[in-house]
Amino acid sequence: MLEKKSLKSLKGSGHKLSQIKNQIEILEGGLFQNELSTFSDQLKSSVQYPLKPLALSVMQINLGYICNQVCKHCHVDAGPDRKEIMSKEHLEKCLEVLKSNSIDTVDLTGGAPEMNPNFRWFVMEASRIGVKKIIVRSNLTIILANKKYYDLPDFFKKFGIHLISSLPFYEKKKTDAQRGEGVFKKSIAALLKLNAVGYGKADSGLVLDLVYNPAGAFLPARQEELEKEFKQKLKSDFNIEFNQLLSITNLPISRFLDYLLVSDNYESYMEKLVDAYNPAAIDNLMCRNTISIDWDGYMYDCDFNQMLAMKVDAPSSQHIDGFDRTELANREIRVNQHCYGCTAGSGSSCRGSLV
Amino acid sequence: MTDSYYNPKDLRKFKDIKEFEPKLAEKFFDWYGEVFKAGALSEKEKALIALGVAHAIQCPYCIDAYTEESMKKGATETMMMEAVHVSGAITGGATMIHGLQMMNKAKKISM
Repeated sequence: MLEKKSLKSLKGSGHKLSQIKNQIEILEGGLFQNELSTFSDQLKSSVQYPLKPLALSVMQINLGYICNQVCKHCHVDAGPDRKEIMSKEHLEKCLEVLKSNSIDTVDLTGGAPEMNPNFRWFVMEASRIGVKKIIVRSNLTIILANKKYYDLPDFFKKFGIHLISSLPFYEKKKTDAQRGEGVFKKSIAALLKLNAVGYGKADSGLVLDLVYNPAGAFLPARQEELEKEFKQKLKSDFNIEFNQLLSITNLPISRFLDYLLVSDNYESYMEKLVDAYNPAAIDNLMCRNTISIDWDGYMYDCDFNQMLAMKVDAPSSQHIDGFDRTELANREIRVNQHCYGCTAGSGSSCRGSLV
Repeated sequence: MTDSYYNPKDLRKFKDIKEFEPKLAEKFFDWYGEVFKAGALSEKEKALIALGVAHAIQCPYCIDAYTEESMKKGATETMMMEAVHVSGAITGGATMIHGLQMMNKAKKISM
């Protein structure tokens, strides 16, 4: 059972998992010493090792770890007590790289990306330089968190932003257990506001996708079945509409790793991930076409590697200031056991299922 | 060997039953996989039926497996408990309807 959660991040409470080396030690030890195959070994048996990038098309920028929520499963360990935030200088550099490399999608995440004071400026600039698709991963409740955010639906609409928002379940109990007391009610209110300006409505062109991730130590079912049910329930209970439901597997890092360990589910969860390994998901893994940038300008193969401090394997191009497309294209993608989360079953990515 | 009749780790080894008889096991698992695919019933409905049956036959492996499967398919706690009540009602009903057999017999041999 999920217990009532602390309002502090792992980092803020000095938790041992806030030391990344302790997380790596867990991922590399235990079952993976002799019982289960490591992710690298699985790739080798699928003749996919080393994993190489495909054409770069998405720049995912983490605008900072500050957030108005403290979710139980958060792989970023975000929260109100996190101070890391991307500077305008780094954001300017990101714009330069986007423009000079014709990267057509920028994916803004956090924390709550809207809490970065330069968020709106960045969106305007990205739009001005012609970035084709701007994705914002909004936690929904930010829209109601403070007067200064009340007009976000109109701002999103003005720039045609593609919104991706978490709603782990269409009922209060599971959503609040994962994301905090009262989050479900506020999320519903925010979704109604987004619907009111056209988001999620057929033919509006304003895309609102929701993210489902299991509220516990189990894997998600197929995206299509869950989507059908979410659509039906949200429509009948709240008159809410949305576009797609993206089904995302919880990766065993950070706060979700803490939950797995505390609830004595870690070993069985890792067994489930390994048993569900599906090599067909490899071609579409997000690390193949995405580069993830942290608040301090360093680059990673994905947001999860970012949280494990696994910088890209490109010695002279690890920071946005030294962005070198050729060197990045020739790098090897870094993997560890958490990567099983993206290859389980139908696969998982920030964009939902992969196969 | 464990000193218990049931070992939770055996659930993950279910497919190992093919070690003693591969051909029949293969047919069984193919059929099993087909059964649980969405058809006229959704995958969630099938998982909930399986959960109810698991309680009726009191199979601890099946209860573990289909509690998780039902949750994966989006079933709520209330749905799962209703499935258990359905199972209880049917197994209870099956006992009670035999009360008529008892009554018939008792009446037949009574003056």
